[in-house]
Amino acid sequence: MKDQAPPGEFRILSHGMLGYGFPAASLARAVEAGIDLIAVDAGSTDPGPYYLGSGAPFGARAMVLRDLQMLVEAQEATGAPIVIGSAGGAGGNPQVDWLLEVLREVLRRLGVRKRVAVVRSEMDRSLLHAALDAGHIRTFETGAALTHADIDAACRIVAQIGPEPIIAALAERPDIVLCGRAWDVANVAALPVALGFPRGLAFHLGKILECGGQAALPVEGSDLLMGRLAADGFVVESPHARKICTVESIAAHTLYEKTNPVNLPGPGGTVDLTRARFEQIDPARVRVEGSAYHPAPVYTVKLEGARLAGHRHIAIGGIRDPRMIGQIDRIEADMRDRLAQNLEGRIAPGTWLLTIRRYGLDGVMGALEPVKTPAHELGLLIDAVADTPEIAETVCAMARSLLLHWGYAGRIATAGNVAFPFSPADIPAGPVYAFNVYHLLELADPVAPFPFEMLEVA
Amino acid sequence: MRLGEIARVVRSKNAGPFLLTFDVLFADLATFERMRAGGRLTRATVAAAYNVSPNEILEFDWHPFACAVKFSLRRPIPSGAPQDTDVYGAQQHVPLMELEVG
Repeated sequence: MKDQAPPGEFRILSHGMLGYGFPAASLARAVEAGIDLIAVDAGSTDPGPYYLGSGAPFGARAMVLRDLQMLVEAQEATGAPIVIGSAGGAGGNPQVDWLLEVLREVLRRLGVRKRVAVVRSEMDRSLLHAALDAGHIRTFETGAALTHADIDAACRIVAQIGPEPIIAALAERPDIVLCGRAWDVANVAALPVALGFPRGLAFHLGKILECGGQAALPVEGSDLLMGRLAADGFVVESPHARKICTVESIAAHTLYEKTNPVNLPGPGGTVDLTRARFEQIDPARVRVEGSAYHPAPVYTVKLEGARLAGHRHIAIGGIRDPRMIGQIDRIEADMRDRLAQNLEGRIAPGTWLLTIRRYGLDGVMGALEPVKTPAHELGLLIDAVADTPEIAETVCAMARSLLLHWGYAGRIATAGNVAFPFSPADIPAGPVYAFNVYHLLELADPVAPFPFEMLEVA
Repeated sequence: MRLGEIARVVRSKNAGPFLLTFDVLFADLATFERMRAGGRLTRATVAAAYNVSPNEILEFDWHPFACAVKFSLRRPIPSGAPQDTDVYGAQQHVPLMELEVG
């Protein structure tokens, strides 16, 4: 390492979403200050089940390549290892392979050779069937117990690994650890935990750093974030020259995307912030201490699986006529009856699902929308999801033409009811997935199911 | 006054694909305590704002360390599944923002 850390302090640079970008100046300042670890989150369930189900990567390849290249350059300057979690968005094997291929291109461009530890977290189905039979799979936030049919229906099931498999890989001193689906905290915390820093502090710092610069002000685009970890606390700061971390911004981020901000469950235990104290040590930096960790009696990892829910065909249109807008519920119900009649004997009910989103009425909130008064124009999104692309196309086209020419009560504009901006009006939108596994798997050994593979990449 | 005129942040977001979580952040502890004592921002009032029963409001809690109120709600449709309207869950905050809190 060129830039040796002061004794007792461990400096972590975090990028919250690989491919979202960060200012080059932020990285340069962090490199200048010195870095002991570069932690990178590359995924989330946030963009929905498509990525896990299809295996397609999330994020534009050119941007992922840009971020990765700059971070490898930062590694060249500092010697800091890079830990990347949740490769390609969902962390399935196709996404791990995809990110590995992007990394190969980065290394080729830079003309450097790296030792890369790959930790895969896609689960073997037979192992899960056995675990289910043995009572080792717990119901989680779906509220429903897992079934063997769910396991078989999932296109892919990943486990969100904890820090332990990453620690096992780090013991071989790789330059880069590239993981499948991983707890975002683990990317940050694995190395410091391996070095003996307390889990409560390392995990809490991981929680704050996982979204990168979102915990610094002003929040303007994606950025990096720095943590300085010591045995008795940590300091959070932005490497951006004009951004500051405040007690408020750090505390606010502690709430983000979780149901309980004081007890943060993760693989193997819970981070307990009941006694955490946040202190503004200067105008731009916050120091935190008192964060604790309680190991769970049984180690668990979260399983995530997505099944194919069907194929989508959509049409987009708008309604301007108040006579139609005023009775849209009735018109939709009548249209659905006619649609069912038209399809009778040709397309089995139960093979398709038609959703008509009415923007300007309840398109954004659906069932949760309390306002029942429509706007002066409605945007319609006709959305057919069916067992085959052909059925989806048929249902979409029929719903579109029925709405276009529906003879509703009081109609005087008899030429057509809907303004379609496109020709063709109907658009195939590909396969649709749904999360169908979101459960906890008990593990006797948190490392064994997720062995690493060491590669020499040049 | 509506909550959106008093709070500094009112937001919704996924907490995993099956839950929506709502955050209300106040600028200072005095406002936080006034709201907590006011009795107009409660499990029952937020349930009414979203037209759900109070027992569907999960983990409604006041968090002084962040001057924040938080609760969660099971998503009517899981994120990104057929019929979902908001994959990120980030535009479900308005009934909370418009809540009359005095």
